[in-house]
Amino acid sequence: MKNLSVRRARRRALMGLAGGLTAALALTACGANSDPQGDPQESAAAEGGSVVVGSADFPESQIVAEIYAGALNAAGVEATTKLNIGSREIYYTALEDGSVDIVPDYSGNLLLFADPEATAESAEDIVAALPDALSAKSPDVKLEVLEPSKAESKDALVVTAATAEKFDLTSIEDLAKVCDQITIGAPSTFQERAYGLPGLKAKYNCEPGGFEAINDGGGDITLNALLDDTVQAADIYTTTPSIEDNDLVVLEDPEDNFIAQQVLPLINTDTVNEDARNVLNEVSAQLTTDDLLALNREVSGEEKRNPADAAADWLAEKNLAG
Amino acid sequence: MDYTSDNLFVQMWQWLTAPANWEGERGIPMRVAEHLGYTGLTMLIALAIAVPIGLYVGHTGRGRVVIVSGVGILRALPTLGLVFLFVLLTGLGLMPPIWALVLLAVPPLLSGIYAGISSVDRAVVDAARSMGMAEGQILLRVEVPNGLPVILGGVRAALLQVVSTVAVVAFINLGGLGVYLVEGTQLADYGRLFGGAVVITVLAIIVDLLMGLLQRIVVSPGLRTPDRVRPTGSGRQKAVASAQGGTT
Repeated sequence: MKNLSVRRARRRALMGLAGGLTAALALTACGANSDPQGDPQESAAAEGGSVVVGSADFPESQIVAEIYAGALNAAGVEATTKLNIGSREIYYTALEDGSVDIVPDYSGNLLLFADPEATAESAEDIVAALPDALSAKSPDVKLEVLEPSKAESKDALVVTAATAEKFDLTSIEDLAKVCDQITIGAPSTFQERAYGLPGLKAKYNCEPGGFEAINDGGGDITLNALLDDTVQAADIYTTTPSIEDNDLVVLEDPEDNFIAQQVLPLINTDTVNEDARNVLNEVSAQLTTDDLLALNREVSGEEKRNPADAAADWLAEKNLAG
Repeated sequence: MDYTSDNLFVQMWQWLTAPANWEGERGIPMRVAEHLGYTGLTMLIALAIAVPIGLYVGHTGRGRVVIVSGVGILRALPTLGLVFLFVLLTGLGLMPPIWALVLLAVPPLLSGIYAGISSVDRAVVDAARSMGMAEGQILLRVEVPNGLPVILGGVRAALLQVVSTVAVVAFINLGGLGVYLVEGTQLADYGRLFGGAVVITVLAIIVDLLMGLLQRIVVSPGLRTPDRVRPTGSGRQKAVASAQGGTT
């Protein structure tokens, strides 16, 4: 009897240990993503002439980060990557504390993050407003953005080719004329975002006849609703491959309802030297929205390519691979 | 919405007490009505499926293995994934997400009904049979009333799961209280996120309490004292606990 209870106690202790280990592992796994400050060696390395390129936690950001790192390495600037850091709140903190030196970002959203009161809408105004906003946001660290690329990844109103032909649509201005016959499919929050229904009303005097909240981030459900005419216009990102695959028409936005979101490098001025900047500017000069769309297709589509491989091919194609 | 504090609890309270959030098509009462509507519809369909199957299997004992393993498999399905799957397969509409929720509600119902019927003391069933009752009479007059505490336990568990999971239909165009969770996440409006979660929780608790009350009213007084020592031991209590998804 005694023997048995001892064995049982031992087993219980072992199981407790195993449970504790699992918990500890789970905790470290979380830490890797949410605690950008955790890696002092990386920042030490940065001072030695090499740079760390970070990215947000979605594929497009990882691809652009791989492009930056690949171009830098090809040009002789030692660069390592630290991908999938998290949302802007988190990777911005990582830039501030020096654990990463370069992060790809989107001009409009970065401006609104640095200065929620900002009113700039056009691509030029946003880029012009960014330096002041960044220095006001983090006065202790010198952060700056480099030359913006032509590539824009932002919300847009998209219609099918058939709908575009039926109502003769090329821009949201055209859509406004037939707005009461249009049902828009978009995330729930489109009903209250500045660029959503309030923006359409204020800028184009367009109050759509219907609204369907579809919260799949402009994914397949939104696409299907558009294709089977449940909705006539949908909020889909400009770099989504399904736009090209289904001959969808992205409506032009002359009033800048969807503020510009150019892809550009956000860097720590102190650790990224002149050579590295020139390389990044060269990348931005070549990167287009179509490129991003094609790269997204390779990585997020059926091919499921590694972002680094897709980035390497793009660099080779643009003669940036050295 | 503008909050006067960064504190999550204060924001939640301000969101819940703002009059604007209690009126109109997107206000809390309307969302509660949608939420309960989807819950009711789901439960009706799930009951229509689970009651006949559960009664048949419980009474005859046939297909027990299929039920027990099938219920386990169904319980492992992620409801949100099913919602998206069904919507992708058949397009937007009311029914695809409802079917996903039905798959969530059927397992606890089925195991509750089956366990309730088969938990009835065999001696009681045999006595009924020897008195000349037909099989249908045995089922409806002996097994169902005697198994009712366990059966209602299953219904209560299913209802609680559905009323708290209906939130997922907000990911597509159906509304309900889940909308506040979706919008709160998208806008980083944590007062709304937290407030919405509180409303769902309170609603679930109220619904569960009402079910408890119903259980009290409907179950025969003779079965109501679970702490009385019965010759068959505490099998019924165990069955109640397992049908309600409780751990022992």
